[in-house]
Amino acid sequence: MRKFKEIIIEKLILICGLASIFFVALIFIFLLKEGIQVFKSVGLFKFLFGKSWYPISEPPQLGILPLILGSLLVTAGAAAISIPIGVGCAIYIAEIAPLKIKEILKAGIELLAAIPSVVLGFIGMVTLVPLVKTVFHLPTGLTALAGSIMLAFMAMPTIVSIAEDALYSVPKTYKEGALALGATQWQTIWRVMLPAASSGILAAVMLGIGRVIGETMAVMMITGNAAVLPKSILVPVRTLTATIAAEMGEAVVGAEHYFALFAIGIVLFVISFAINVTADLFLHKRE
Amino acid sequence: MRNPYRTQRIAFFFLLLATLLIVVPVGLIVVIIVQKGLPAINWQFLSDIPRHGMRAGGIFPAIVGTIYLVTGAIIFALPIGLLAAIYLSEYSKDNFLTRLIKLAIVNLAGVPSVVFGLFGLALFVVFFKFGASILSGSLTLGIMILPVIITTSREALESVPYSFREVSLSLGASKWQTIRHIVLPNAIPGILTGTILGLGRAAGETAPILFTVAAFYLPRLPASVFDQAMALPYHLYVISTQVPNVDEKIRYGTALVLLMLVLMMNLIAIVIRYKFRKMKKW
Amino acid sequence: MVKFDIRDLDVWFGPVHALKKVSMAVEANEIVSVIGPSNSGKTTFLRTLNRLSDLTLNFKMAGTIRLEQENINDIDIGLLRKKIGMVFALPLPLPLSIFDNVAYGIRMHGMKNKKALEKTVEGSLQEAYLWDEVKDRLGESAFKLSGGQQQRLCIARTLAVEPEVILFDEPCSGLDPISTAKVEDAMVKLKEKYTIVLVTNNVKQAARVGDRTAFFLNGELIELDETDRIFTAPKDKRTDGYIRGKFG
Repeated sequence: MRKFKEIIIEKLILICGLASIFFVALIFIFLLKEGIQVFKSVGLFKFLFGKSWYPISEPPQLGILPLILGSLLVTAGAAAISIPIGVGCAIYIAEIAPLKIKEILKAGIELLAAIPSVVLGFIGMVTLVPLVKTVFHLPTGLTALAGSIMLAFMAMPTIVSIAEDALYSVPKTYKEGALALGATQWQTIWRVMLPAASSGILAAVMLGIGRVIGETMAVMMITGNAAVLPKSILVPVRTLTATIAAEMGEAVVGAEHYFALFAIGIVLFVISFAINVTADLFLHKRE
Repeated sequence: MRNPYRTQRIAFFFLLLATLLIVVPVGLIVVIIVQKGLPAINWQFLSDIPRHGMRAGGIFPAIVGTIYLVTGAIIFALPIGLLAAIYLSEYSKDNFLTRLIKLAIVNLAGVPSVVFGLFGLALFVVFFKFGASILSGSLTLGIMILPVIITTSREALESVPYSFREVSLSLGASKWQTIRHIVLPNAIPGILTGTILGLGRAAGETAPILFTVAAFYLPRLPASVFDQAMALPYHLYVISTQVPNVDEKIRYGTALVLLMLVLMMNLIAIVIRYKFRKMKKW
Repeated sequence: MVKFDIRDLDVWFGPVHALKKVSMAVEANEIVSVIGPSNSGKTTFLRTLNRLSDLTLNFKMAGTIRLEQENINDIDIGLLRKKIGMVFALPLPLPLSIFDNVAYGIRMHGMKNKKALEKTVEGSLQEAYLWDEVKDRLGESAFKLSGGQQQRLCIARTLAVEPEVILFDEPCSGLDPISTAKVEDAMVKLKEKYTIVLVTNNVKQAARVGDRTAFFLNGELIELDETDRIFTAPKDKRTDGYIRGKFG
């Protein structure tokens, strides 16, 4: 009887062990189920590179190039801000900060990671957006730039914590060897620690960027949501994620618009999948 | 020749600057929300329904909705996540399947939150016909926080010394008995930490509940799991972007309540982790 | 009576050939000491007897081990390990109270009766010469005991499941001389009821407590004989060298 019970439990454990695979597959299947027909009806090329997104005009125009470019622009801006700052902060925490301050800084980073994106979006709306408007004399502060700055803050916790791990896991002997040869602390960091931790730092950057591409609420609240081809970083843009979030409420289940939003979901899923698999490869290279 | 120590001073200055550029804004964000939100917080704000098109009254239904959603998510995710963690830490071998599972967890953690929303809509709302309901929203959030729970629980299980398992097995206990009586009890603080972090994550997310449960304006409490519900993060989104002329105090107040709820959970998790480290017996 | 009958035992961990064609018999109620330099396969030998080696990655074995004529691979693994107790190199109390540590094994084997549990715990602690030191603090965490007490607790915990054989894996390596003497006393007394296989790095310990002594080198059993003879007139030069090296 005891044996029987244990066999049941162990089977259950195995099933739950496989649950993650099951759910990832399920997500992909259901996105495909709802979205794939748009690739057929519109054509994959026209869908990805079509210049106009007018989903409710007659006939609807379903080209997501403006949205892709919107996402890319915001992401590139966020990366430009968050990578140097995030990696710099990681180096500071891992190599320079005294132990006490290190703990405080790490808690601060965890705090940032915990703030819900809708709260960051709200704060961006009431502080950052007016600031951008006045500084650049714009008709509206709801721009790609504001989105990039806010998103940079969402990428930083990921970048800092993973890059710090990467630096931390460099064998101590490397550092001691360099210092023993008379290198300064900075030379040791620059010439020894950073190259040794490079694949982990690269993974950190990729995962940070992955977080930015997938971010929805803050972006929707502060980028202005204009689905047009962006000409500069100081104009409103609309990202892939914001499009889904903003329009799904109005789309009718079973309509072309509804399916098109799922097709965007497929694009996002594939992007995040590619980023995560690559980052994971980099992280495992280290071992 | 350049002076290496001057270079070092300059480099360290920039590293410190980078750190301050993260930490100072974080501090500012929290201070601003607390400062401007605190005047709005009173008993009526916390216990009343929204009134006058959400321009007055309180946020009680949103608080309750969030609590329901988070509870539902954890009821779903904790057993699955914990058993999955047990599988990875105690049963899995170093093979392709394990590699695949780990990769799936990484990917599940990386799926954009709005895509979870789409998935929840397609599977729970439409396919299973649960409609936009607490059930659909909880299940969607539950799947989303699964990686957090699996990863932290697994770390907790693996931090229990291997020798304990050997001792238990050497006394003739079965593998499951060893897990049940030795490994699990000693991993509970870590599992708790993971669960609470998962709760915090679920409480703050908006995108996954947009199309699966969230009600724009529902000035009553949900009656069953098949009801729609308001939720704090969505409510904050609504009153800051969808409804014009809402008193700033109410927006900040809502943001403060949400922020405190999430930070409180993180704080509890940190405290448990810290206490556990101190009282660790081995 | 032969307790263990080991024939042509080979053990591999992946590419590592850890034990090579080891054959020996262990009589009931004797103490067999196993000596040899580190990495000679002593501990692997011990852990293969109660199938704890099975847990190690890429474990493979050939040959047969019989416990009272029954192949150990045919015995239910829980029952086998109940019959063959093990005391590890370091004191490894479970993170439980003193009482629960001793009661752990029998509870896992289904004993629920509180009176019977108490009786077994007391008996086992007495057999391990620990009862008098802990009888007033059974509810305390086992980690509060000293190293020597912890090791005797581990012996009591092993005795509680009423084994037939007890495997000691360098049980005194972490202990001071006084605690070591107490553990050795316990072992000699235990011989009356149990069969003991003792792996030790301490040649003097083998000489003190072992009826017979086996010398392992590079996974091979070089020599097995009466302890007196091993220490006074070993047949193999390598045994002689090892023992002298140790003494010298």
